[in-house]
Amino acid sequence: MTDVMTEVGAIDCDVHPSVPDVAALLPHLDTFWRDSVVERGLNSLDSNSYPLKSPLTSRPEWRNKSGLPAASAKEVGDQVFGRWQSGTAILNCLYGVQLLFSEDMAAAFCRALNDWVVKEWLDRDPRMRASIVIPMQNVEYAVDEIERCAKDRRFVQVLVLAMQEVPLGRRHFWPIYAACERHGLPLGIHAGSAYRNPVTSLGWPTWYIEDYAAQAPGFQSQMASLICEGVFAKHPGLKVVLIESGVTWLPGFLWRFGKFWRGLRTEVPWVDRAPWEIVRDHFRLTIQPFDAPDDPHAVERAIEHLRSDDILLYASDYPHWQFDGDAVIPAGFSPALRRKIAISNPLATYARLKEDAR
Amino acid sequence: MAKKHVVAAASEIPPGGRKLVTADGRAIVVFNLGGEFFALSNRCPHRGGSLCEGSLTGLVLSDDPGHYDYTRRGEIIRCPWHSWEFDIRTGKSWCDPDRVKARRFGVSVEKGAKLIEGPYVAETFRVSVENDYVVVEA
Amino acid sequence: MNIEVSAKARANGQNTRLDIVDCDFHPKLTIEMMRPFLSNQWWVYLQTYGNRSRHGYSKGYAYPKMTPQAARRDAWPPGGGLPASDLEFLQQQHLDYYGISAAIMNPLSPTGQGDMNIELSVAMASAANEAQLIWTGREPRLKSSVVVPYEDGAASAAEIRKRAGNKDFAQVFMLSRTGEAAGRKRYWPIYEAAVEASLPVGIHAFGYSGWPMTSSGYPSFYIEEMTEHATAAQVMVTSMIMEGIFERWPDLKIVLIECGFGWLPALGWRLDKQWKRLKGEVPHLQMAPSEYIKKHFWVTTQPMEETENPDHLLEVMNWIGMDRIMFSSDYPHWDFDDPFVSLPPSLTDEQRRKIYSGNARALYQLD
Repeated sequence: MTDVMTEVGAIDCDVHPSVPDVAALLPHLDTFWRDSVVERGLNSLDSNSYPLKSPLTSRPEWRNKSGLPAASAKEVGDQVFGRWQSGTAILNCLYGVQLLFSEDMAAAFCRALNDWVVKEWLDRDPRMRASIVIPMQNVEYAVDEIERCAKDRRFVQVLVLAMQEVPLGRRHFWPIYAACERHGLPLGIHAGSAYRNPVTSLGWPTWYIEDYAAQAPGFQSQMASLICEGVFAKHPGLKVVLIESGVTWLPGFLWRFGKFWRGLRTEVPWVDRAPWEIVRDHFRLTIQPFDAPDDPHAVERAIEHLRSDDILLYASDYPHWQFDGDAVIPAGFSPALRRKIAISNPLATYARLKEDAR
Repeated sequence: MAKKHVVAAASEIPPGGRKLVTADGRAIVVFNLGGEFFALSNRCPHRGGSLCEGSLTGLVLSDDPGHYDYTRRGEIIRCPWHSWEFDIRTGKSWCDPDRVKARRFGVSVEKGAKLIEGPYVAETFRVSVENDYVVVEA
Repeated sequence: MNIEVSAKARANGQNTRLDIVDCDFHPKLTIEMMRPFLSNQWWVYLQTYGNRSRHGYSKGYAYPKMTPQAARRDAWPPGGGLPASDLEFLQQQHLDYYGISAAIMNPLSPTGQGDMNIELSVAMASAANEAQLIWTGREPRLKSSVVVPYEDGAASAAEIRKRAGNKDFAQVFMLSRTGEAAGRKRYWPIYEAAVEASLPVGIHAFGYSGWPMTSSGYPSFYIEEMTEHATAAQVMVTSMIMEGIFERWPDLKIVLIECGFGWLPALGWRLDKQWKRLKGEVPHLQMAPSEYIKKHFWVTTQPMEETENPDHLLEVMNWIGMDRIMFSSDYPHWDFDDPFVSLPPSLTDEQRRKIYSGNARALYQLD
């Protein structure tokens, strides 16, 4: 057993490039939006889901002089490809464009953000891939943005936030899932809220730590919604990746869901097999934060409760401070499983990554 | 070796009806589906609810979200506890048909005249020659 | 030749008599039972406007249940009335049938909890508590819960103090879907009074917070409402820990009723992980979040988790602690757990004794 908890050539499925400020996106906005953003003094879209100075938002040594982490392709590359020797990184940009209330402004910012990612990141490092950030405020716009970006094969996923205005299974969203399926793009659901609803079903919590803890229940709700509404009955090719969701809540959630499904399935008859089977076929989860005790035996037990070696994907969640040192994979994973989650599981999930392998 | 038990007069269980009976000390529920009789153990194999107390319903399936294909009305019994569905014809649960099934018993309708010849066990009532009776093998 | 047949079979089993305390039993206290304890003003108000929960329907539920009254189909009293409204029938069907030694009454509607009109909640909570005493007077195996109008902390504390010292009351009773998460300051008077009265606080899944049932708005289906009770409970436990109420009241004991428990260990692990990074935000915490869970929370069993692999259920129960798990049936509801068959068969005798009665007897001071 070595103390290296990374895998050479791994596909790091969750890396967060930072947008320094709205000004960085201006060159990618059309003139109307560029002028109105300046005239209205809109200079930050940073989300409350990740307060900039919060210790969880970045490990201290990963911040640059101005306090911003992951500010350039080089910084990220040095860490992810250099120190951790990963072969590929999937960039999930969390800049708060998905929180905007104007659907027109949101669409403009999504376009700008995706173009910025291409120019500042993908064009600078061939090992980088990215997720298409879409305006969930308007389904047509969201589909348009997928169609526009999907032509660039370096976009490997569509990215939405865990907490939305309405649950993600709702059927008016389905054209988005059809577009994902059409283009071989998994739907990535990342921790974070569009802040349309309180981050808990019991209202707004006092502390940030509660907001972050509430992400796990937020993911549970979305998993239930996607299954119950019949998304996978309609789109059997759709894969969903839960990113920065935590992992150990899954078995307990599925026991409860499965139990109620047995008694209540007539309400949703298109759910024609146990939820855990659907989850194993359609859902993947990134490993950080790995929310088990530090003890390797406990980690082993938690993995065993998942009853699947296929479901986890390697991810550092850089620059979020989830682990210390280089323990991207917590102790307790077998070498075979480490290799599997680092390479074959991501390749099986992200169809477009296989194109590179050819 | 299963014995044949006379458990009810056929007229007591009209089509769509059901009756809880005992045979050989076992609680058994007899259903009449449009003239065909079926007998299942009354004890739900999931957590022991009394199936006889459940609601009769149909089978709902779907080939497309939002579409409810509702057939076989009256042929599914839902356990009064936890609402699991059981196919009255097979005893199988819908959600775990291979592992969780209500035990089935052989059931037939016999003429009273034949019953009097034996070898039948009529535990609780008199059999008259001219009537039909439900016979359960248990 | 009907259901009595199997009742006899059950009676034989009772020779190896198990001491069972049912920690979640729902009496149906009708509004007529409460009438003598309501002022004329509130009685007329209820006749005119009824209870208004924090959702749209004046009668019934936000999500239609799968059975009438969400009840076991066999729990409707033969003499008429709603399930668990007929004391004699429920004695026969539940208490006698299973040989239950004690049952904690957790009255749900109509108790006025979480009503849009808080003054109405105050009046009805008190009436619900009086109505329970009618039943404890007739059936000593029943124990009452102090129903509190939880959205009004001061009135709730007053109701608890009014009942303090009365041995018929075993706990303070809240619902999990509170208007704010249960750790928030507005509820602190409840915890203060509960500790003062040496009563645990039982928090039962359900209710309507007034907020959407998920952080992404309202789901479509009843099955989702049911799974969401566990998410709401996760939020609630998180809030209680992070707000520091257990530092303020080190003797406070919380019972999670019908919230499930499969999620609880993972929640503790998650909070511990985050706390490692974010403890600077919550300096009032003196120990890791999972330590508060171990020290201050009990869970009831129903709806019993059904794991794919039975060993995993035992593991989860061990992670929570066999001294923290208490049997509950949820009688008369549709997802009732039968005391004779619901616990995993591989528990040791000692563990069974604790879960069926020992833990509850100690917590509720039933002896």
